[in-house]
Amino acid sequence: MATYTTSQFKSGLKVILDRDPCSIIENQFVKPGKGQAFSRVKLRNLLNGRVMEKTFKSGETIEAADVHQTSMQYLYSDGESWHFMVPDTFEQHAVGGEVMGDAVKWLKEQDMCDVTLWNGQAISVEVPKFVTLEVTETDPGLKGDTSSGGSKPATLETGAVIRVPLFIQEGEVLRIDTRSGEYVSRAKE
Amino acid sequence: MSRGPRSSTELDWRPSASLETLRRRAELLARLRGFFAARGVLEVETPLLQAATVTDLHLHSLSVPLDVPLASRRMYLQTSPEYAMKRLLAAGSGAIYQICKAFRDGEAGSSHNPEFTMLEWYRPGFDHHALMDEIDELLVEVLGASAAERSTYGEVFERHLGIDPHRVSLDHLERAAAERGIELAGAGPADRDGWLQLLMSCVIEPRLGRGRPSFVFDFPASQAALARLRLGDPPVAERFEVYVEGVELANGFHELADASEQRRRFEADLAQRRACGLDDVPIDERLLAALEAGLPDCAGVAFGVDRLLMLVTGAEDLRDVVSFPIDRA
Repeated sequence: MATYTTSQFKSGLKVILDRDPCSIIENQFVKPGKGQAFSRVKLRNLLNGRVMEKTFKSGETIEAADVHQTSMQYLYSDGESWHFMVPDTFEQHAVGGEVMGDAVKWLKEQDMCDVTLWNGQAISVEVPKFVTLEVTETDPGLKGDTSSGGSKPATLETGAVIRVPLFIQEGEVLRIDTRSGEYVSRAKE
Repeated sequence: MSRGPRSSTELDWRPSASLETLRRRAELLARLRGFFAARGVLEVETPLLQAATVTDLHLHSLSVPLDVPLASRRMYLQTSPEYAMKRLLAAGSGAIYQICKAFRDGEAGSSHNPEFTMLEWYRPGFDHHALMDEIDELLVEVLGASAAERSTYGEVFERHLGIDPHRVSLDHLERAAAERGIELAGAGPADRDGWLQLLMSCVIEPRLGRGRPSFVFDFPASQAALARLRLGDPPVAERFEVYVEGVELANGFHELADASEQRRRFEADLAQRRACGLDDVPIDERLLAALEAGLPDCAGVAFGVDRLLMLVTGAEDLRDVVSFPIDRA
């Protein structure tokens, strides 16, 4: 079992805390004028995203987590799992809906994603910050209303529904910011 | 073809502090020297390499292999110039100060670097209160600070935590930490002092010295280090610390001068080190011989010069005030 001591703590380090994999966000070394030193550590639980703060006595050890990120291509979904492949090795991973989370709203086949593996199991999927998706359904804009400000719902090819400007028509390809889920622009041809 | 550097941009050859900050460092050092020159305090130098080192359980010395006649095969980089300066005092130097490097393994962070600049000075005839008066003048002069506020260790714990640190139980300390959101991973500190130090560093310290410097004095006798004890109820160590804007800046003592008491403390430290599985370190017999010969009644203080410069420049991280921190050294 690989371990780290407090002197190896730094942001990005992956460790096991209360049996869950966590990533160190911040490590603050504190020490009174004389006496015991401590590390005050902010960690993110990689399974549920929760952030917590723990204090370690200097010199304590913690188990290392076998966590790494791999770039994978999204292949298809069978309704229960989303299937990904590492292009270089053709190694495939099936990812359940609870791990996919919001990522399902933005993924179409062939897209590349960063998949985080813990002991070989996918624990999170990060979609690209920007994706281009086609509008499959939206009301035709009202005639004459070309001014700014107005918006309407549009359904994208992945099934996601977003707000778009009134001038957007069915069949158009849009650039979307996946972090906010907002329309950015028409995609360039 | 030789194996060249990865690339010039990848190698952090540049200083982490701005050149402007390095000029401010030079000004600060000049100002400190001026302060002591005006008061007739003598500047001294003592060796960074020492045959013996500090026994304190929580200070980790760096050791250096050596190959010269007369010297030990292994010497230690000083964690502070205290022992050597006390030998000068015992030799009759009178008031002295030193600006030098000190080294402590295992200490790195936004206000720690394993190699740092220390200002240490000793005042024969002063007790810890008289020395605090002088520090107050120094802070007014170099930081433009207001006059400092003084509280005992007992008072700051009472004020910020509602705890009497001299009598509180271990259980109560553990609860106080939990109530303030301090969650310990793994085992907590083993003794009361460990918990007091945890609460001091995490809860009290950040609130000290806001608006004006804060001196905390009369520490628990169990945290005396090299300070003399004053009997009473409770007995206290004549030790103090200086805080400015939540930063611990200095630690000082009304110095212990009793050689046999000093030897007892060293030996108690070594017994604790062994119990914790730490390396044995040699006791500084030359210091004990000097105390035996007679150390004048004096007070002394060690100041973190890098932290002082952080306060002068408003820097948030020690990296911003040293030319090359440990990862670029």
